[in-house]
Amino acid sequence: MVSRVLGWIDQRFPLTPFIKHELTDYPTPRNLSYWWNFGFLAGFVLVLQIATGIFLAMYYKPDVNLAFDSVQHIMRDINYGWLLRYIHSTGASAFFVVIYVHMARTLYYASYHKPRELMWWTGQVLMLLIMATAFMGYLLPWGQMSYWGAQVITNLFGVTPFIGDKVVLWLRGDFAVGDATLTRFFALHYLFPFLICAVVVIHLVALHTVKSSNPSGISLADKDNIPFHPYFTIKDFFGLGLYLIIFCTFVFFVPGTFIEAANNIPANPLVTPPHIAPEWYFLPFYAILRAIPDMLGGVVAMALSVLIFAILPFADRTSIPGGAHYRPVYRAMFYLFIVDVLVLGYVGSQPPTGFVVPLGQVSTFIYFATFFLLPFISKWEERWMRARGLPPELMALFEKRPPRAKWPRKGEAK
Amino acid sequence: MTDSNVLDNADRRDFLGKATAAVGAAGVAAACWPFISSMNPSTDTLEKATTEVDLSTIPEGQMQTVAWGGKPVFVVHRTPAQIAAMKDSQGGHDPQVDAERAKDPQWLVVVGVCTHMGCIPSKNEDGWLCPCHGSVYDNSGRILHGPAPKNLAVPPVKFVSAEKIIIGEA
Repeated sequence: MVSRVLGWIDQRFPLTPFIKHELTDYPTPRNLSYWWNFGFLAGFVLVLQIATGIFLAMYYKPDVNLAFDSVQHIMRDINYGWLLRYIHSTGASAFFVVIYVHMARTLYYASYHKPRELMWWTGQVLMLLIMATAFMGYLLPWGQMSYWGAQVITNLFGVTPFIGDKVVLWLRGDFAVGDATLTRFFALHYLFPFLICAVVVIHLVALHTVKSSNPSGISLADKDNIPFHPYFTIKDFFGLGLYLIIFCTFVFFVPGTFIEAANNIPANPLVTPPHIAPEWYFLPFYAILRAIPDMLGGVVAMALSVLIFAILPFADRTSIPGGAHYRPVYRAMFYLFIVDVLVLGYVGSQPPTGFVVPLGQVSTFIYFATFFLLPFISKWEERWMRARGLPPELMALFEKRPPRAKWPRKGEAK
Repeated sequence: MTDSNVLDNADRRDFLGKATAAVGAAGVAAACWPFISSMNPSTDTLEKATTEVDLSTIPEGQMQTVAWGGKPVFVVHRTPAQIAAMKDSQGGHDPQVDAERAKDPQWLVVVGVCTHMGCIPSKNEDGWLCPCHGSVYDNSGRILHGPAPKNLAVPPVKFVSAEKIIIGEA
C-alpha cells in the first residue's frame, strides 16, 4: 500500500529521489564534530520561534493602549500562555547563542573559504534578518526597555547625511516611537521569519551543492563520507536533546533571565530608565557604537562591525585548509577575537564611565585590526608554516594538487 | 544470553530504533498540547461563564434578556394562565413536559438562540417568533412549528433565593 502510494506520487513529484538525494544518500564527512550540530539547532529554534510566535499573535494586541496588558493577559489568563511567551523570549536569546556558536565554528575552521563563500554570505544575511526580527520583537511587550531601545536605535538613522531627520520620522511614522511604530514593527516582526525561512532554503541549497566542511578542512575522499541519515540525524537529535535540557532549564526555572526588570514597567515616553542597555546579543556592537566619540562615526563603525565578516573569504589569503585546526597564528587570532568580543560585551553592559571608556576603545581597535591585519598575517603565516614544514596530512594533500610552490619545503635545499 | 553479546543483532536494532521513534513521537505529541490548549477559552473568559439575575426587577408577564457567556438568555416571569396552558401541552415536534424545562414554573429561563440558524427570536404573547425563518416557540420555549429542529435550550440555573438566580451553575 505504502509503496503503491509512493509510486503514484513519484510519477508526479520526485519525492523518493529527493529524500534519497538530500537525506539517506546525502554524503556527509564522517569526521564532523559536535560543533557541526549548530546549523540544525538554528533551524530548530527558528521553527520553535515561529510556532510560539504564531500562537502568541492570536492574543497579542499591537496597540499602545493594549500591548502591555495583552502580554500580561497572555502570561496570566491564557492556558499555557506563560509557557509560550517564555519559550519565545528565551528562544530569542537561544537563537543568538546558537548562531554565534555556528559562526564561531565557521571562523575557527575557516569554513568560509572557497567554495563556501555563498554559504557564509547567505549566513550573514540570515544573521542580519534575525537581528532585525529580534530588535522589532523586543518593542512589542511595550515595556520601558522596549520603548527606549526602539527610540535609541531608530534615532541612529538620524546620522544619514542630509535626510537623517526625515528617515527617522519615516521609520517611526510619528515624532517619537508611538502607535504607528508599534503596529509596523509587529507587522514586520511577523513577516521577517518567513523571509528568514526563504534565505534558509537558499543557505541549504548552497550547502547541498558544496557539501559540509569538516574539521580537517580538506575535501574528503568518497570512502570517508557517510550518509546523513541515519548517522547525522541521530547525532543532530542527540545534540538537540542536550540543547533542550539547557533551554528548558531556563524556560521553566529562570525564565526572567532574559527579560530586563525595567521591561515590566509599561512604556513611558516621558521618563527614560536610568540605565539603558540592549539585550546581551547586541552588547558588543553597542559597545563599538559608543567607543567612537563622533555620532556618525559610531553608527558607521557599528554597521561595519556586523558587515565586515563578509570580507573574510578574501581577507584570509592562506592556501592552507582547516583554519585554526592547522594554523597556530590564525588560532591565536581566533581566540583573541573571541576574548575581544566578550570584553566588548562587558563594556556594552556597563555605563560609559571611568576605565570602561578606554577599554571599549582599545577593544574596538583590536576588533577591526583583526580583520584588517588578516590578509597580511595569513600570508606571512603560510610562509612561516611552509618553512617549518607542513603536517604530513597536508603535505599529502599538496603533493596531490601542488600549489604555487614558491617556498622551499622542509628538507629541500634553500 | 549469548544473543545479547552478538554484535549487530538486527532484531534488537530494529526494536531500539522503533522504541526511540515511539518515545520521540510521544514527546512531540505532548509538546503540542500547550499550543492546542492555548486556543481554548482563557481563565478570564471562563470567569464569564456564570451570570447573576435579579428577579425582583421582572414583573409578572414580562421578560428580561441577559447575557450569559456572550449569548442572550431569556428570563420570563410567567402568568398563572401561561403556566396552566403550558402544563397541558407537550409542545410541537420536539415534545417535552414543561416541568422538565422550568424548575420553578413561575420562571422560565431559556437560551435565546433559535435552534435553526442561530437568530434571536422575538417575544410575543404566545411565546416567540423567530424573524429569520419563522420558527414559532410557545411559552415554554418549545418549538411548535417552523424549520427549527429543537426546543430553545435550557441552561443550568441555580435558584439562590426568591429574588436571585445564577445562570451557568447547576
